[in-house]
Amino acid sequence: MKKAKKPTKTSKKVSGIITGILRLLFILGVSFVILRPHLIQLSSSLMSELDLFDQTVGWIPRTFTLENFAVAWEHLEYPRHFLNSLTLTTSVSLMQLISCTIVAYGIARFEFRGSKIIFAMVIFTLVIPPQLIMIPLYLSFRFFNPLGIFDQGINLLNSYWPFALTSLTATGLKNGLFIYIMRQFFKNMPTDLEEAAYVDGAGVFKTFYRIMLPGAVPGLIIIFLFSFVWQWNDYFFITLYMGARGEFLTQALIGLSSSVVDHVSQVSGEYPSMIENTGVLLFITPLLILYLFMQRYFIESVERTGLVG
Amino acid sequence: MNIIKNFKNKINWDLKKRQAVSGYAFSLPFIIGLIFFVLRPFYQAIIFSFNQLSIGSAGFDLEFAGFANYYYSIMVDPYFSEVFLESIGEMALQMPLIIAFSFFSAIVLNQKFRGQTAARAIFFLPVITAAGVILMMEEGDFMMDRMEGGRQALAFSGPALRNLLAQTRVPENIIEFIIFAVERIPAVIRASGIQILIFLAGLQSIPQSIYEAAKVEGATPWENFWLITFPLLSPLIITNIVYTIVDSFTNPVNEIVTLIRDTAFTGAGFGVSMAMAVLYFLVILSILGIILKILSRWVFYQE
Repeated sequence: MKKAKKPTKTSKKVSGIITGILRLLFILGVSFVILRPHLIQLSSSLMSELDLFDQTVGWIPRTFTLENFAVAWEHLEYPRHFLNSLTLTTSVSLMQLISCTIVAYGIARFEFRGSKIIFAMVIFTLVIPPQLIMIPLYLSFRFFNPLGIFDQGINLLNSYWPFALTSLTATGLKNGLFIYIMRQFFKNMPTDLEEAAYVDGAGVFKTFYRIMLPGAVPGLIIIFLFSFVWQWNDYFFITLYMGARGEFLTQALIGLSSSVVDHVSQVSGEYPSMIENTGVLLFITPLLILYLFMQRYFIESVERTGLVG
Repeated sequence: MNIIKNFKNKINWDLKKRQAVSGYAFSLPFIIGLIFFVLRPFYQAIIFSFNQLSIGSAGFDLEFAGFANYYYSIMVDPYFSEVFLESIGEMALQMPLIIAFSFFSAIVLNQKFRGQTAARAIFFLPVITAAGVILMMEEGDFMMDRMEGGRQALAFSGPALRNLLAQTRVPENIIEFIIFAVERIPAVIRASGIQILIFLAGLQSIPQSIYEAAKVEGATPWENFWLITFPLLSPLIITNIVYTIVDSFTNPVNEIVTLIRDTAFTGAGFGVSMAMAVLYFLVILSILGIILKILSRWVFYQE
């Protein structure tokens, strides 16, 4: 905080304290708004069904129980769906990380005819709503036949192929943003290093992954985190490509309350909502753990990223 | 002399060629993806919107329908026009709030104070937890409503605020906007994570020396803000507007998105759904165009 010179020390101190208090109030208020849904989830996950109808029970349950977790765990078929989601999400984000970084490097560090057009196209992929190309994409994977090599198109739906193909070609969910971020990163790196490597006889690719990539690690972490989170949270594409299978955690979560209604006898109307909130908590826990590990890089690296430049 | 010149030219040419070859090689994955998974579907989407599309087991059939799908979307479909205008209006009103909030938050989070890291961690948390399916689950959830029961009592919300404002001489439409804004505080805060990150990165990239020079000249913090910070961050406002719009495409609480999807799979069919999506895209594109046109006049570029 930059302060102009004030006439006396005390007035400076007083205004400093006032700023501090206002800042604290702002931060506390916003934090409360952000954390509140999760506090509600936590509170309802620990509550027994009796507490639901007790008007005197607010946020803090009267009878603590872990039973909701057991029910949600079982109806989500957590271990199985978790593994499915984890496999898909990890592979998708790794593929996107690699492809987006490579493409970004190409646009940022080489001059060639059409590089501006390619970059414009990267932005174009971002401003197209996925809903617009959803049906043609669906059809192109249902009858996959890109170069007309097959007699009849092959059906790639209900497999990992649609995800793999779009991820490897840097056209997956919000990939334009990743390319954009990495391009800014590479653009801001000094050319000296690169030139020194070329003079020493290193090839283009070797220079890329030996010299340039290590310097871009903060950017890679941000991209991996974004890509992981958005894939984990995705319901749209998973249902589009994998509709029939319903083997992933997002889908299990969407179906959770109806599954509870079907299998638990004599439930009150509000009970499924309680389980649902517990389910959401189970669903975001892996993300929170990941965030906990990565947030330090994430927050510190912002300062050096040149995310903007 | 000539030989050396030729030699130099050759090296230059080699370098250029190598640059070009490498550039294309690195961009190749995207070029392939662009053609097959973006441009082709995009072209097809436009074609589909003018056709009746039916899917069989061996392929799909198109039957030319002219503007029938567009006519249906706008004139016949009971929800589209209403939901469409609502979504666009909502976005237009919510965007300035998101931009203003994230701008202010970035400035606060850029200050040095105890607990800064923790505060940042919480402000960015919505990037993780207010997306996709999680938002979907929270919408209209009973437990959320139950716990919010207490909110009605706050002088802050709905009726109480309206009464309070009615006693002042503020014009009706401004009152409406204030109430709209207050009701959307949680949504705005939770949609601002990335935007804060972008502004914060921008703040970090302003060289400290500018502020030091200003200090020597005797600038007040107020002047610092309006003459240094704000102009230098202004290009990022455009970035953030684009991002905010793009982000709304994947927001499951965005009703128009849900409607387009439902129309395709359970409603009036693929053709109509595509027509709706094309309309949505065109309107978004023109809004973006207008905003960029207006803003680019006063945005300050450092170069």
